Amino acid sequence: MEKFTIHTGIGVPLRQSNVDTDQIIPAVYLKRITRTGFEDALFAAWRKDPSFILNQAPFSAGSVLVAGPDFGTGSSREHAVWALKDYGFKTVLSSRFADIFRGNSGKQGLLAAELAQDDIELIWKELENAPGTEVTVDLVSKTVQCGNIVAPFEIDDYTRWRLLEGLDDIGLTLKHESDITAYEATRPSFKPKTLPARLSS
Amino acid sequence: MAKTLAEKVWDAHVVRKGDGEGANAQPDLLFIDLHLVHEVTSPQAFEGLRLAGRKLRRPDLTIATEDHNTPTLDIDKPIADLTSRTQIQTLRNNCQEFGVRLHSLGDAEQGIVHVVGPQLGLTQPGMTVVCGDSHTSTHGAFGALAMGIGTSEVEHVMATQTLSLKPFKTMAINVEGTLRSGVSAKDIILAVIAKIGTGGGQGYVLEYRGSAIRALSMEARMTICNMSIEAGARAGLVAPDQTTYDYMYGRPHAPQGADWDAAVEYWNTLSTDDGAAFDVEVDLDADTLEPFVTWGTNPGQGVSLSAKVPSPDDFGDENAKAAAERALQYMGLEAGTPMKDIRVDTVFLGSCTNSRMEDLRAAADVIRGRTKDPAVRMLVVPGSARVRLEAEAEGLDKVFKDFGAEWRFAGCSMCLGMNPDQLEVGERCASTSNRNFEGRQGKGGRTHLVSPVVAAATAVRGTLSSPSDLDPAPESAAVRVDAA
Repeated sequence: MEKFTIHTGIGVPLRQSNVDTDQIIPAVYLKRITRTGFEDALFAAWRKDPSFILNQAPFSAGSVLVAGPDFGTGSSREHAVWALKDYGFKTVLSSRFADIFRGNSGKQGLLAAELAQDDIELIWKELENAPGTEVTVDLVSKTVQCGNIVAPFEIDDYTRWRLLEGLDDIGLTLKHESDITAYEATRPSFKPKTLPARLSS
Repeated sequence: MAKTLAEKVWDAHVVRKGDGEGANAQPDLLFIDLHLVHEVTSPQAFEGLRLAGRKLRRPDLTIATEDHNTPTLDIDKPIADLTSRTQIQTLRNNCQEFGVRLHSLGDAEQGIVHVVGPQLGLTQPGMTVVCGDSHTSTHGAFGALAMGIGTSEVEHVMATQTLSLKPFKTMAINVEGTLRSGVSAKDIILAVIAKIGTGGGQGYVLEYRGSAIRALSMEARMTICNMSIEAGARAGLVAPDQTTYDYMYGRPHAPQGADWDAAVEYWNTLSTDDGAAFDVEVDLDADTLEPFVTWGTNPGQGVSLSAKVPSPDDFGDENAKAAAERALQYMGLEAGTPMKDIRVDTVFLGSCTNSRMEDLRAAADVIRGRTKDPAVRMLVVPGSARVRLEAEAEGLDKVFKDFGAEWRFAGCSMCLGMNPDQLEVGERCASTSNRNFEGRQGKGGRTHLVSPVVAAATAVRGTLSSPSDLDPAPESAAVRVDAA
């Protein structure tokens, strides 16, 4: 995973709550078997509307998405994170993220930064008054800066550390493989196994 | 120390406690008892294993099925959509390469992954269950800790049979009282989501408790736990009891002989201790609950079926107001319209929320001897090939077909429209599925989430309806074919 320390880029105000992952990437795009190349799928339904924010310069070149509360609700599809990244977003700011989306972001190096809704509102106004304003998101100091606004954000320490170091989760876990093996030896025999297959009579 | 059910299941699966305390605590490493796999969220995970030269650690705790892309017609022919066909074929190749058990289209155990697991007896109390699908919360009905995960985590479970998980908060959902006739589990969970909101459960594991929950069947409990994710919860569960054991006994992968006794002894310990504290408690009165239906574009935007479409001005919060305005526009609805005046084009009975035998029976009981509104099309999609077989053995297929509904093969179907079963632009649907998001059932489609009996009554009248709105059916037809 790529390291994330600090990023500066054009902020995109998305004044909408409950942006679910079906909006971020509609199901029809989930048939692909690759992990990249989803930039065309991001907000595919909304992008058909010429007035949608990502269809307007300079927002179309944005890399910091500033969204309403409950961003990423619904389906667990990690494709939502892939699509945001492939389009060019490095970070999403919101006052509340859905758990699975936040988890997926952390695995893929997309920073999901949780700000107070009041600060989100201030940043929205700034970005709307001065389109193209750059937002700096600093994971070291856990602050966002946009124009004269400086706001703190929340992220759990473990995800922050992994993002700062660019660490691979599976590699970290496999360091404790002996613990897994020891646990497996203690599992009771009544717990089910899928193999050999038993079928309905 | 007194513990909640969720904490007990968690503690029993800790492979390694995370280092550190408080805010600096690292996540615990938890063992995963069952990993369910389907074609959409797995290809990139298998590819990740291959690229890293890793094995799938526990094929014997992994099972796959084909559900999201599968057609519900002509299943003996090659899948017409080439990308869908490729994705299904990729799953078949991957399962063969990594030694994973797969129930393919045409197999008697194929179906929606969350219908198949319980049906085979693979979902059991006290387990940890994961799947690259947010509706994995369904399995919580057995007192399992069941969570939807993303593809990176799918790969992590494949490689290590564990997950790094942050601790959760606990929320009790207390539902006391007795449901009235025509009110079902779906109405309970829609009312819960409307009450706490789509983000209300964020960071929490919900435990559904109280006399109304205890009185529910396993299939009804699955309906409730299934939609925990729609309240933003990490999982939802119900403590196992005799209802659970009766459902499980004799299923193919249920414990047998001495193992069954040992299992029941353990399962009997799986309830929240007296004196254990939940972080939050929410109460819902079952006695006064009415059939519930959504009017908007997220599952929290719901009202009683007897109510009217709300006005954006009814919402104090600016974001909720804006969301309501947008939702009404998308849904083509006017504030103040009685919900029961809303005419639908399509009725969808299916999805991992409501596609099991009881759902089909309940809907069949409503329509038997009645006539479908000719302007409405109705799709009935059993949750699994086995549900379809059982329903046919009871003659339910005939009830649906005589009514004028389409009797389809098993899969996710119109819940998310990855296969050809989709709504057209502007088409309005009463759906027993779980998400009314914009475009969820097809681009421009409009979804009202309902229970199976409301879906059935709506197909009769053509407008959103409950069974109590229907004229009495002819006497002779009101008796179920298999009633004894």
